[in-house]
Amino acid sequence: MYKIVYKEKLASGIWMMKVMAPLVARKAMPGQFIILRVDEEGERIPLTIADFDRQEGWITIIFQEVGLTTRLLAALNEGDSILDFAGPLGRPSELDGLKRVLCIGGGVGVAPLYPQVKHLWDNNCSVDVIIGARNKDYLLLEKEMKAVCNNLYITTDDGSCGRKGFVSDVLKELLEQGNQYDMVIAIGPLIMMKVVSQITKQYDVPTIVSMNPVMIDGTGMCGGCRVTVGGEVRYACVDGPDFDGHLVDFDEAMRRQQMYREEENHICRIMGMEGV
Amino acid sequence: MALILKKVSMKEQDPQARRSNFREVALGYSLEEAMEEARRCLNCKRPLCVEGCPVNVNIPQFIQAITRGDIQQAYSIICQTNNLPAICGRVCPQETQCEQKCVLGKRGEPVAIGRLERFAADYCIERGIEENVEIQPNGRKVAVIGAGPAGLTAAADLTKLGYEVTIFEAFHEPGGVLIYGIPEFRLPKSLVKKEIGGLKKLGVNIRTNVIVGKTITIDELIDAGFEAVFIGSGAGLPKFMGIPGENLCGVYSANEYLTRINLMKAFDFPNSHTPVKHGQRVAVVGGGNVAMDAARCALRLGAGEVYIVYRRSEAEMPARVEEIHHAKEEGIIFELLTNPVEIIGEDGWVKGLKCIRMELGQPDQSGRRRPVPVKGSEFVMDIDIVIMAIGTSPNPLIASTTPELAVESWGGIIVDEETGATSKDGVYAGGDAVTGAATVILAMGAGKKAARAIHEKLSGQ
Repeated sequence: MYKIVYKEKLASGIWMMKVMAPLVARKAMPGQFIILRVDEEGERIPLTIADFDRQEGWITIIFQEVGLTTRLLAALNEGDSILDFAGPLGRPSELDGLKRVLCIGGGVGVAPLYPQVKHLWDNNCSVDVIIGARNKDYLLLEKEMKAVCNNLYITTDDGSCGRKGFVSDVLKELLEQGNQYDMVIAIGPLIMMKVVSQITKQYDVPTIVSMNPVMIDGTGMCGGCRVTVGGEVRYACVDGPDFDGHLVDFDEAMRRQQMYREEENHICRIMGMEGV
Repeated sequence: MALILKKVSMKEQDPQARRSNFREVALGYSLEEAMEEARRCLNCKRPLCVEGCPVNVNIPQFIQAITRGDIQQAYSIICQTNNLPAICGRVCPQETQCEQKCVLGKRGEPVAIGRLERFAADYCIERGIEENVEIQPNGRKVAVIGAGPAGLTAAADLTKLGYEVTIFEAFHEPGGVLIYGIPEFRLPKSLVKKEIGGLKKLGVNIRTNVIVGKTITIDELIDAGFEAVFIGSGAGLPKFMGIPGENLCGVYSANEYLTRINLMKAFDFPNSHTPVKHGQRVAVVGGGNVAMDAARCALRLGAGEVYIVYRRSEAEMPARVEEIHHAKEEGIIFELLTNPVEIIGEDGWVKGLKCIRMELGQPDQSGRRRPVPVKGSEFVMDIDIVIMAIGTSPNPLIASTTPELAVESWGGIIVDEETGATSKDGVYAGGDAVTGAATVILAMGAGKKAARAIHEKLSGQ
């Protein structure tokens, strides 16, 4: 059992939890993820590691209530325990040697972006950050991000915070203005990562995206998380989750993301929750 | 006494009834049936059956105990060399092992050794009869990676020898392929849990949710005071064919399909929260036991038609005869000498499976006649779920984080066949991680061998 030592509501339906998992924390690196199971009947779901403390032995996860499992997870409180919590899984992000990076986070994707921004900043990299959300209530980690980057740009779909529009609008402007980046790192909804990758391709800026497909074991065993990258099939769990955004087949990934939507709606309905 | 040339038959669930439930197909012997079957054994002076058993169960002895009605004694004899008899009695390919060597098999059917083993184990487990083993702890620690058949066996044997054994398991539940792979109707999970429970009582420690190679490395285990490490991490990496359409929604590896259904209990969705797609027309590609398991699961989930698509003929199928027989009884349709060339999709979902007919040519390296495509014979099957059951290979997670561990190009860990010793001092391996996908009992045999070798090394014998 893995005890929840801290819980905080970050935005409407978005939660942060610190979970005691000393073995996982000891090895965790930015870009990696964990797999958890809430209870005996629970699904195994992957969540990206949002922060960790090796000394104290905790891992931070940030998640949005979207399906049954995330809602059951959100119903747990400080002092409660998560039944299973395994990791760290996936390859750590390759951040060494970068001098100037633009990091882009959308929605709850801002959470897994944070440890990467922090790592880059701590290693004397110049970092610009764009974060976006539906509206100001859904905006995550504004304060935290501000502390670890040179320039922070905020967008909301309705203009309730920062500028009205999408993260990709700011990206386009920054590139048009002639800003040079060694790399763009984008984490967020598939459609956001797709648009970001299309723009950066025009400007020939290397781009890394973080894929978060459906998976079971997270160790290469089920193959459910396969993504097509540059025409080749890769497993997000062991070959990723980071991939070259210019090579990922996003349309396929978006279709695969929908595979269990019907079942998810069904189980949410019978549990008395709204559908996805 | 005249020889009785046929086995006492074992009751099975009716094929029509069982194709819509996940309960066990084979129902086992009654005491009377078991005693009757046991009396067929000739109790040979030189029992060839024992040689045919990878863990050398003393077969004639335990069968003689059954003839006397002393089932506890029979169980006790089996347990001397086999830590998981209720499991082996069900899933061992006895027809190519102990029973193949049985002298009676020359004239008629061999003694039903597997069924008798299963009977003795079930009888004692049901009645809570336990083996009392005296263990003298020696205070020395051994780590085992993977709680599947190889790891469980190595751990049990080492624990009996006095070692303090900890198994590290990546999944949330121990059992390996016994839990995630083999379906309930062939191997009830409650039974696997009971046999593993027995090992825990013996003193085996099991730590779940630890992925060796990620959470912790082998070197760290050694630094933590484990004097030897046994790797029994299996062959869990699924293979795909590399044909167009394999990433469509509705295409599964058999591993994923079976793991969802068995480990995650997707057959009980929504009571269990993990879903699995229920197709109406399901194609399973492959001819092994895993393919049969996947096909029979699809049927039980309510598919109207389930096909086995296999590129060779039935004679070359690697699946056990019994499994093929059961699958056919239940109504699985065999499309033999047929090979998929493309999965056809519509709006991202599987819509059909394009196949080509094959014919058998000259024998290949495996000795089986090689299938060759028949030009122009392509046709499309109307299918909505495709399950790829064409094999698995060892997981590279451990090898990639243990530099001194020598592995074959295909991923198998290289070991000394007699001891299971790897290229790294104090590290042993066995089971599918070494051989590639094989059987439960071969993995158990390898676990046994390695346990013996570890004991010899650590005790200086």
